[in-house]
Amino acid sequence: MAARQTAVARRVAQVSDLCHMVLLLALFVSTGASAGPVPSRIVSVVPAVTEMLFAIGAGPQVVGVGSFDTYPPEVKARPRVGGLLDPDLERILSLHPDLVVVYDTQTDLRQQLARASIPTFDYVHRGMPDIFSTMRAIGARVGRADAAARVAAGIEARLDAIRRRVAGLPRPRTLVVFARDRLALRNIYASGGVGFVNDMLEAAGGENVFADVHQQAVQATSELVLARAPDVILELRGDFESIPVEDRDRERHVWDALSSVPAVRDFRIFILVNSSLVVPGPRVADGVELIARALHPGVFK
Amino acid sequence: MTSIRGRLWRTLPLFAAAALVACAVAPLVGSTHLDLLKALDPSIPFARNTDAQILFVARLPRTLAAALVGSALATAGVVFQGLLRNPLATPFTLGVSAGASLGAMLAITFGWTLAFAGLSPVPLASFVGSLGAVGIVYALAQARHRGLSTSVLLLAGVTMNAFFSALILFVQYFANFAEGYRTIRWLMGDLDVSSYEPLLAALPLLLAAFVAFAWLPRQLNVLSLGSESAEARGIDVDRAQRLAFFSASLATGAAVSVAGPIGFIGIVVPHMVRLVVGADHRVVLPASAFFGAAFLVACDVVARTALAPIELPVGVVTAVTGGPFFLWLLVRRR
Repeated sequence: MAARQTAVARRVAQVSDLCHMVLLLALFVSTGASAGPVPSRIVSVVPAVTEMLFAIGAGPQVVGVGSFDTYPPEVKARPRVGGLLDPDLERILSLHPDLVVVYDTQTDLRQQLARASIPTFDYVHRGMPDIFSTMRAIGARVGRADAAARVAAGIEARLDAIRRRVAGLPRPRTLVVFARDRLALRNIYASGGVGFVNDMLEAAGGENVFADVHQQAVQATSELVLARAPDVILELRGDFESIPVEDRDRERHVWDALSSVPAVRDFRIFILVNSSLVVPGPRVADGVELIARALHPGVFK
Repeated sequence: MTSIRGRLWRTLPLFAAAALVACAVAPLVGSTHLDLLKALDPSIPFARNTDAQILFVARLPRTLAAALVGSALATAGVVFQGLLRNPLATPFTLGVSAGASLGAMLAITFGWTLAFAGLSPVPLASFVGSLGAVGIVYALAQARHRGLSTSVLLLAGVTMNAFFSALILFVQYFANFAEGYRTIRWLMGDLDVSSYEPLLAALPLLLAAFVAFAWLPRQLNVLSLGSESAEARGIDVDRAQRLAFFSASLATGAAVSVAGPIGFIGIVVPHMVRLVVGADHRVVLPASAFFGAAFLVACDVVARTALAPIELPVGVVTAVTGGPFFLWLLVRRR
């Protein structure tokens, strides 16, 4: 009886394995089919993917970009089609794209484009590893799989080199701030223990003071900053929240109110302004290096 | 009526005690453990005493801010309800907070860096915005009347609220993602002032408003009978209304500039107090001042500790407790 049961179970398992294989094959064939020919008119509302497209040599195929695209300089000459919250469907359609890169949360836009039979590439983003998977996927989609693999491997090599240089060094406990009110310690938003910014910090040889908070963003009250007592405070800003150079000293001294924090006492407060710090794209190694230079000035000369 | 003194003596100390207890306990609780002995140990230099800084830089200013703001919004609510003769009026009914919000949105979105008298750019802009709103609403309410028309005041206020809200959306459209998020967060209210300077800047304005409030209770009592009977009783209705409008607006504007538009305090607290002490403004107004302080300090403790180390917006706490109460009040009155 028992032997017979196991035989049946094995049979069932074999059949289900076969089913899986057929399903996988069908999936493979169908995605291959829907990808169709290599797209020649790409619209991307996602700055990170726009950068990737240019980095893998698909820049000439990009005919439209999002409102928040600033890099590479070529994007200035491309028509703008809105952003995450306000994609402009009419402008997108007027560019006659054969591939549109959208955020995976833009379900309305995706449906509208599907109705117009325009294929889309869904951008999902969580942490630093997604940069490389996205780059390989978009490379395969636009017929530049080899270039994408090459660029991704190059970035990974640069990151590994930085990781090796900071390996074994003391990892300063760091507060990474990406937004707060001007000239005040109010409305402070810091990186939690997950996400792209946290991953960059770890690669650069730092330890997040909010590593235990499983959120991308933490509202860092003055009490939390005092209690977590970071060794270093890093303020990261992109092009759109930039702090003018002449204001940076004043903004750094805003932290003086929390004088028991080691970062304040030793004045290890850095305001880093560069779009590579906020765009999870092919310049991620530049961003990690900027952070590593701030955290480990002795190693990076 | 003769026992007003007695009623004051019976109830006011209780509300004052509630405020004092709240203010004394609140600094002792928070998202982190605090070693009180170490915090008060004078032999450790303040610059190296984390516990002392958590107590005196993070929690104490925050508790005082909650007390001041709660007190101001609750009393402003009492005055607006009396002035408009509408029990559902709030400090935000006449557009003061919407004007303040527009100012704050502009400062956040365009990264203004103008600071003045201990006020950082966002509170400054929000206070200027509230002044603008008060000026417009007042000018409208006075335009075609000899005195101040409360019905025009109400309509103008509600309309300005809607108009400013539209402008706020317009400004937010220009914000990027991080700024947009911060503007929305500002609207939920936040008491983490992390220094005494914003409080010192708001204090003279709040004191001026409170001094004016001391004048108002008897006049509000008479106004509640209607302006004709008030005039018959020898009250200068026009002057009383003006004083009520400007002092309550000043208190609201100052409070909102410190902490953002924290909702429901200005309606929940006055009505809770009225349930206990009756409708006489001579008792309701001072009792609301104390109870508003106690209520917001308590709500802020919940906001700080409920999900620690993540912070709940204090406006969410007051809304979750105040919203259902408000609805119950509305149904009960029918």
